[in-house]
Amino acid sequence: MKITVAGETKEVADGLTVQGLIELENVETPQYVTVSVNEEFIDANSFETHILSEGDEVEFLYFMGGGATDRAKEEGNAVYE
Amino acid sequence: MKITIRRSDLDRITEHARAESPDEACGLIAGRDDADGTRIIEKVYILTNTDHTNEHFTIDPREQLAAVKDMRANGLSPLGNWHSHPETPSRPSDEDKRLANDSRASYLILSLEKEDPVLNAFHIEGEPGDRTVRKEELIITEE
Repeated sequence: MKITVAGETKEVADGLTVQGLIELENVETPQYVTVSVNEEFIDANSFETHILSEGDEVEFLYFMGGGATDRAKEEGNAVYE
Repeated sequence: MKITIRRSDLDRITEHARAESPDEACGLIAGRDDADGTRIIEKVYILTNTDHTNEHFTIDPREQLAAVKDMRANGLSPLGNWHSHPETPSRPSDEDKRLANDSRASYLILSLEKEDPVLNAFHIEGEPGDRTVRKEELIITEE
């Protein structure tokens, strides 16, 4: 069957799961990846059971976050003034 | 690595970050890698910090998805993200390093700690707990 992964059409085996696609695509640090199928986010607990269908549009998104939780100072390194 | 950002984009994120302060502000950067390896930021996305705090940010995944599709539609490559530190310096915190999961990304941090904002770009790689941080040469262009 044909599916679209990150905008690219690919031929994959029928019955492929989200987890299978993650492995097929060699997704880096998959534990930090959010997956959407047809713009619906898939719960990570369902990666192994969610079977992809013909025409599905899949996106892999890296979790983007951080925070100024440590407050140590550093020497100045101004770039924008 | 060199990375460029337009002053107008820098002004835009600074204005937004100040408006969001004391909460952290965040977004994505997109553009292209030049032949000489310089990263050119051609579009800056201002997105929602779903944490709404001054100590943490999480980019809204729905907005992230929409931004990624917009990049693709406009022939741009995802280059990384930016976020503000309203009260701390422009350098990755331990939490920033822990959550820097994309070794291909540039991480821009805008500090509002002092009157004049400070923006720096970083490359972060390695395993969680053993990250290597390298400062990138950030060039602000007038156009």
